[in-house]
Amino acid sequence: MMRFMLLFSRQGKLRLQKWFTSMSEREKKKIIRDMTTMVLARQPRSCNFMQWKDLKIVYKRYASLYFCLGVESQENELLALEIIHRYVELLDKYFGNVCELDIIFNFEKAYFILDEFLMGGEIQETSKQIVNRSIEASDMLQEDDISEWYEVELFG
Amino acid sequence: MSDVVEKTLTALPSLLSLDSHPGSAKLSSTSKLGNLIRGITELTSKHEEEKLIQHELLAIKEQVSSPNTTMMKELMVRSIYCEMLGYEASFSYIHAIKLAQQGTVLEKRVGYLAVSLFLNESHELLLLLVNTVLKDLQSTNLIEVCMALTVVSQMFPKDMIPAILPLVEEKLNHPKEIIRRKAVLALYKFYLIAPNQVQHIHNKFRKALCDKDPGVMTASLHIYLQMIQENPEAYKDLTPSFVTILKQVVGGKLPMDFNYHTVPAPWLQIQLLRILSLLGKNDQSTSEVMYEVLDESLQRAEMNHNITYAILYECVKCIYTIHPKSDLLEKAAKCIGNFVLSPKINLKYLGLKALTYVVQQDPKLALQHQMTIIECLDHPDLIIKRETLELLFRITNGQNVTVIVEKMLEFLCISEDDHTTIDLVGKVAELAEKYPLKYNEWFIETMNTVFSLGGDMMQPDIPNSFLKLLSEGFDSVEEDRKLRLFAVNSYIPLLRGEPGKLPQRFLQVISWVLGEYSHLREDLEPAEVLSLLAKLLDMKNSSSETKSWVLMAMTKLCKGGADASVTQEVSETYSSSLDTVLRQRAHELQYLSQDPELRARVLPRGAKPETLEVDSSLSFLDRFVSEALAAGAAPYKPPHQRQEELDQSKALSLEPYGLSLPISMSSCSITDRQSPTLLSMSSGLSGDTLKLDGIKRVWGREGYLAQREPVEEAAQVEVPSPIQSPGRQGEGDSLHSQTPTQTPTPEPEQEKQQLASSLFVGLASQSSVSLMGKSEPMPQRFRRKAKGQGLGSSFIANEQISSSLISPPSAVDNLLCNNLLDSNNASELAEQTSQLSQSLTTANGTCHAEAELTESDTKGCNPALRRDNCVVAAGPGPHNDPGRLTEVCLDSYLPAELSGLSHSEIAPLCANQSLNLSACHVQKEDSLILVVFIMNSSESAIQQIRLVSITVGQYSLTVKRPAVHVEVVGTVSYQLPAGTSQSLQFSYKVPLTSFIRPFVVSTEEYGTMWLSFSHDTKQNLTLINDNQEPLTATLNALKKKLQLHVVEVIGMEGIVACRLLQDLPCLMHCRVNAGWLAVWLRSPVPDLPDCLIYHCQRALQSL
Repeated sequence: MMRFMLLFSRQGKLRLQKWFTSMSEREKKKIIRDMTTMVLARQPRSCNFMQWKDLKIVYKRYASLYFCLGVESQENELLALEIIHRYVELLDKYFGNVCELDIIFNFEKAYFILDEFLMGGEIQETSKQIVNRSIEASDMLQEDDISEWYEVELFG
Repeated sequence: MSDVVEKTLTALPSLLSLDSHPGSAKLSSTSKLGNLIRGITELTSKHEEEKLIQHELLAIKEQVSSPNTTMMKELMVRSIYCEMLGYEASFSYIHAIKLAQQGTVLEKRVGYLAVSLFLNESHELLLLLVNTVLKDLQSTNLIEVCMALTVVSQMFPKDMIPAILPLVEEKLNHPKEIIRRKAVLALYKFYLIAPNQVQHIHNKFRKALCDKDPGVMTASLHIYLQMIQENPEAYKDLTPSFVTILKQVVGGKLPMDFNYHTVPAPWLQIQLLRILSLLGKNDQSTSEVMYEVLDESLQRAEMNHNITYAILYECVKCIYTIHPKSDLLEKAAKCIGNFVLSPKINLKYLGLKALTYVVQQDPKLALQHQMTIIECLDHPDLIIKRETLELLFRITNGQNVTVIVEKMLEFLCISEDDHTTIDLVGKVAELAEKYPLKYNEWFIETMNTVFSLGGDMMQPDIPNSFLKLLSEGFDSVEEDRKLRLFAVNSYIPLLRGEPGKLPQRFLQVISWVLGEYSHLREDLEPAEVLSLLAKLLDMKNSSSETKSWVLMAMTKLCKGGADASVTQEVSETYSSSLDTVLRQRAHELQYLSQDPELRARVLPRGAKPETLEVDSSLSFLDRFVSEALAAGAAPYKPPHQRQEELDQSKALSLEPYGLSLPISMSSCSITDRQSPTLLSMSSGLSGDTLKLDGIKRVWGREGYLAQREPVEEAAQVEVPSPIQSPGRQGEGDSLHSQTPTQTPTPEPEQEKQQLASSLFVGLASQSSVSLMGKSEPMPQRFRRKAKGQGLGSSFIANEQISSSLISPPSAVDNLLCNNLLDSNNASELAEQTSQLSQSLTTANGTCHAEAELTESDTKGCNPALRRDNCVVAAGPGPHNDPGRLTEVCLDSYLPAELSGLSHSEIAPLCANQSLNLSACHVQKEDSLILVVFIMNSSESAIQQIRLVSITVGQYSLTVKRPAVHVEVVGTVSYQLPAGTSQSLQFSYKVPLTSFIRPFVVSTEEYGTMWLSFSHDTKQNLTLINDNQEPLTATLNALKKKLQLHVVEVIGMEGIVACRLLQDLPCLMHCRVNAGWLAVWLRSPVPDLPDCLIYHCQRALQSL
């Protein structure tokens, strides 16, 4: 099970945070601080996994942005790495050649995509098409529920 | 209608604003949020940023509370941003909740997002969200339902789960798979945070597992993994199903959508592998079911991609967890080799992890990869190093313990992470304590390092068990003395040096040891020890706990005389201390130092620790308790019980009565807590088959085998291997002599090889490798067997329980096959059997013999229908030749009131020597009657019974849950004259159409009903084209075949209604569209539209 996901820049600025278990503000702050310092201090050719307390930290850098995932220690690290990668692919598909600025200015969209992809700390949907279809359908959403077209868009 | 327009209008601005569609996402940088972000990036100092944000927050606060702001969504996004930067925007929390409550759908989405980012599970404001979630869960707008389920799985107050649980449960039957999937995950979350709340819906999980959508099925596996982890025995029956699913996934039977980089559903595969390894652990028969599919998974995962390696890793783990099979183990071992030897560091890491897992059962594998392990030990990346140490820890034995501990201590010196330090210190201490006698000095020195490095973070039981070990001693008195003396000798210089740098725990250990054993060193004056200890008291950073340990030690040491002045001074200082413990110790010191006799009695020197008897049940208080109870006192309740009761009385009861079934109590059987080490049996099996041939036989059991290298020779001589049996020794020797001559190796290589030989020594002799320190291979194997038997019996018990609770596994299995492939009717029927066996509701037949109708499956919840007060059948007449019985004859036996109605063909059901069963069904306007003809065909019976008869039973059937076909299963029990009772089972299939009746409604009524029905399905049907009016023709055909009522036909559209007995409506909307008939069915009953559409299809096809 995943515990949290953080996105931060090379300067250590937080871009996105998602917590899958209940945590106090203090804990969150500590984790964010620890993660940014630990991950940013890593040497370029080290492996993408770290141990932090009883958690496994799996991180990967995409351009100027670090994706950092905290999973329980019995989880499969390689799989966690692929979760990050799929999320990046999803962002890329939605924004079209995603860059850090897209996520900074549209962070709520990044959250919506994450919510369609992961739920309750587990993978919910792995298909790029389906995730994007439901995000786009919600984006275009109108209030009347008789309109058929979004149902087709979303669930067809 | 007007409010629809109004809603659309309110949604318009948001549609036109920044995020109208994804392509233009970048435009939003011109918004206010964009300005804020750009403003911040232009700033140079933290102080400026703070000022800007405070200003921003003020602006947001002002706007947010103005009554009719249209910017709510945008404001909320801005406050989320401020919070992300670390500034509190708590004023906006309540507005976020309001937005989720009242906003348009787009606003709602932002509102929910803000809530989930701002609040956590225990926040009190969250209670205000419950109603919103409830409302949205019931919404007809699917997007709203999705949002509600998402937020519920993100954070929801635990106590309020019962309030929404029924609604979430209901969503498991939702026609849209996305909703079902989210509902399953929400339930999974509930299961994690409040398992007892969802206990009663375990069988619903099973339905999710059988869902026709693979996504929903995948989601349900999360729950299953959890439940199986807790109690694997209860789910053994599902093993074949999981294996079947995995087989189909691996075989690429899933839709392309599930592929990830051309690998079919990797997440699903891994989840299944984990489940299988839990199920197959210590269970040979279950494991055997999996061998084939595991083999296939290993072979299929060929592509060189992270994701295939992830699958391989789980596969290997699974193979080594379940009951071993030699050729699989061989393949898995080869696989691990690929990992470990990979140049990619991530794979290497995972290889080490796999190796660590595997060496517990097969230490030889470590031998194969020893050079890689040595390289990893020097790897610049600490994580790799750490993992290597973990591996070494597992292969430690009496011969390599010193080297491995040395490596661990080296790592401890450079590690900065507290968690790692604590963990590693514990491991070193564990190893050191396992082999203390062998290396006296080494043990003490190691423990000294542990104490100084571990400091005050380490587990408190480490110093405790060290002191215990020291004081209890071992068998040899002389050894004990040496050990203690060595400890004393090592501590004195430490105290003479800079004791202020030592951790408190270590100081406590030192003072205790000096107090007890400093007398062993004869050249050491007690006075000197006392003054060294007194120095500790004066140190600024000594904690009061340490001080009391020091005072205790001093009490033991002082003998009066010359020491008196030191002790006198100390006790005077501390007898007025504010710390009561210190004060007491000081007083003790004062009195005991003046009274040597008393001291000798209280603190005898060199006494073995006595075993204290503690009456933990406090039985000496029994009398007092019984007196108090007799006097009317309330009986004692433990604190947790009190708390529970308090909670119960305080909390709102949201649960409907009678929901909390005590079912799952029974499923909590003894879970197997066997440690993986005990699995070592597998190595016994695989030992012979592991391929060592491919690898150069450079390394033997005693290390490096090259004869020409004196260094290695020396290493061999130095390290004795007493545990090896003579036979093994001989084998090793022969290997040794066969090894081809090695080319000389360069210097650093030699160093590594030497290290290798010292690290991997003694590995091949299995008996010396054990995690738990008790290395007895034979008893282990024996133990394992015994355990297996124990498991077997508990398994049987569980099997019974589970089978009485849930539908038979065969049905599940069938469904899985079916859903993943193509739908075929046979398996659908299987489902029907399990679901519809409850459909026999009333029985008003007449019967001669005693008949009994029971369920065919094991649900057992329906009471069997017994009819003792039989009425003589309508027309029992003599029949002399049952063998040539024809339909025409039976027709005449139809009960009079039914004879006028049309009935289906009378079909023979089954027969044996004495009975012959036939049945038909009769459609009445408000019911469906099943008529069963029971004939006596027995020869002997003819002779002995007065008259051979045909009895007729009639049963009125209703459908509880619609299905394409309804299968009625029953049993006739009868008694032969001889007194033996027998029974005959039969089953009878009725298509759903027999239960369908026309439903007469007006168009207006139809309209209102249409909107209120939640379950729907859509499909295109073929039109009948041989007529000018294809729509009318088709509808008429359907009307004739299925007894539907055509409400109205308007142009190219038609509305049709029918009802399922008794009164469950189903509405049908038909429209001619491009040569097809687009049909949309709606009903309040789940599954009814789906079943009906199937029959419509069949009806039109048969024309």
